[in-house]
Amino acid sequence: MDKLLFGDNQFFGINHMSEEKARAQAMRFQRTDAVMQVLDTAYDAGIHTFMCTTHDRIAEVADRVKAEPARYADFQFYPCMPYAHKYANAVTEHGMVGALREFMPSGGLLATALTGATALATKEVEGIAKVLIDMEMKMFAGTKAPVVFIQNVFTDLLLGMGFTRAFRIFDDHIREKYGAEPAYITMNMPMLLEALERGGIERPIICSNINKIGFRMSGGFDSYLEALQSGRVRAVAMSVYASGAIPADEAIHWISELPGVEAIVFGASSAGNINGTKALVDKYMGGPV
Amino acid sequence: MSKLKIAVVGLGKMGLSHFAMVNAHPDVEAIACDGAGFMVDVLSKNISAPIYKDYDEMLAQTVLDAVIIATPSRLHAPMVEAALNKGLHVFCEKPFCLDWVDSERLTALAAEKGLVAQVGYHYRYVGAFAEMQRLIAAGAIGRITHVLAEAYGPVVLRPKRTTWRTDKSEGGGCLYDYAAHPLNLLNWFFGTPDQVIGSHLGQVFSESTDDEVFSTLRWNDGPTAQLSVNWSDESHRKMSAKINLIGTNGRLFADRQECQAFLRKPVEGLEGYGPGWTVKYTTELTEDRWFYLRGEEYSAQLDEFILAVRDGKTAATQNGFASATETDKTMRMIIDNAETGQPVGEARAAAPQAAKKRSWFGR
Repeated sequence: MDKLLFGDNQFFGINHMSEEKARAQAMRFQRTDAVMQVLDTAYDAGIHTFMCTTHDRIAEVADRVKAEPARYADFQFYPCMPYAHKYANAVTEHGMVGALREFMPSGGLLATALTGATALATKEVEGIAKVLIDMEMKMFAGTKAPVVFIQNVFTDLLLGMGFTRAFRIFDDHIREKYGAEPAYITMNMPMLLEALERGGIERPIICSNINKIGFRMSGGFDSYLEALQSGRVRAVAMSVYASGAIPADEAIHWISELPGVEAIVFGASSAGNINGTKALVDKYMGGPV
Repeated sequence: MSKLKIAVVGLGKMGLSHFAMVNAHPDVEAIACDGAGFMVDVLSKNISAPIYKDYDEMLAQTVLDAVIIATPSRLHAPMVEAALNKGLHVFCEKPFCLDWVDSERLTALAAEKGLVAQVGYHYRYVGAFAEMQRLIAAGAIGRITHVLAEAYGPVVLRPKRTTWRTDKSEGGGCLYDYAAHPLNLLNWFFGTPDQVIGSHLGQVFSESTDDEVFSTLRWNDGPTAQLSVNWSDESHRKMSAKINLIGTNGRLFADRQECQAFLRKPVEGLEGYGPGWTVKYTTELTEDRWFYLRGEEYSAQLDEFILAVRDGKTAATQNGFASATETDKTMRMIIDNAETGQPVGEARAAAPQAAKKRSWFGR
């Protein structure tokens, strides 16, 4: 993994501080040109990995990258699936099964299985999961996507319910079909790590909030530090600035001294912030990013 | 101490999320209950928590401490009643009951039995709205006269077949699903309105229920509020609720992210609020709970319920049945007003004023 990964919240009107700023960003980035401009700034600054939701708009970004293989020779995607609101809104509109059917290829065996005539066999559940993963991965065909994440809402829903077998299905499918590293975003890192280990998944790549003030580090700051020190996790740190509560230099310096943190993911929309964070990561985390 | 045994009933969108959070709670042993269906099929083969398919059977066969009811709204009243009669603490999803007579009866029953009885109006656990409530109670902006309560989001965006959420008789529709939240916040700030006028329950895409709501709510000893809600608005990524208040000493605004206060003069007892603007963010106003799924507020409301049960409390700390009954009544007033066009409730007539003769420039 690169040490610095570029995130995508800023492109989709997600801002944990202000809906007004979120809307301004949604307006600014509604054209893919505007997104590409920022991605180009990051790419030219040496940040080659784009960690992004499987939002419909990302398909357009993937097309641009594919269209210019020379320009984007080192560009890689870390897809994060699924785009949860797409499913949540569909569930409200169609109900659980109706929503799933919406996303299944019509007429296929699995769509038939979802008619509810008979109880679903375990194998069919696995089949449905794989089809959903493949649908989300479609837009990345022909690009480099060496690490694939499950989004935190899904990870944490499965984790909370104790449906940890789903992680195994995801893990195997991503490795076997895509030759990529499966990875997990969570808001509950210590709890997830234990659950994955119980399911036989060793030294997983886990992306979670890691910051000096313990902001949204559910399960407790100390348990996060313990997990990192144990060497059992390959951590990707997000919210390192805690939504702006920690000065950039201090935040990155603190992260750089933690064991187990292999990468930082951050989102920014100005060249100043992109280059600033890149410079700090070079300074404290050393070597080529 | 032995773990609390809590059953989550109804594995729909809210039920699944409640189940995940409760099941992960260190003080709880969770059970699930839902009629046969896709979710029961999938989960019964894949999770260790037991899943009952029949509610009455579960109540009869299992020793429980509490239930969390997240079934379609029409089923809330009978299910809550059965649980209270078994002596179980109850957390019920919003809206509480479709008929507020049920709401009042169950409020009395829970109080009589001394049980923790709470409804899932999670916006009261959003840091920014809690701060707004604290500021109102402290008199930060003086006498409040002007209120605008709004919620927008992308639920029904085209004509589609109905589910219970879009069926009015089942407790679906924009009023029950969306408007309930800002209304519940207004009830928290000001109580049940004395009069409701100018209500409109409009259809945009739905055939059998409302997609947009307007209403004017009046409190005799408080402000007049306008409600504007629409769940057919794709410009929002998810539901966005916000409240604006104007009073004699300034203005307050809150949404899920932040609480903005403008005070004309500082108010004694309100640390950190000077004259002019002060902004507090939800991120700085909330603390982490045991588990995070979709926002601190969802964890916080369940945590408080569970801790109240564990600690042997005899009532909910926040969102008790009585407060949710206020919201059920308010929604009924809006429906009656929209259906009849007649004002619902009595606004106290303003004190009569002697007619004044005015000249053009007279004061």
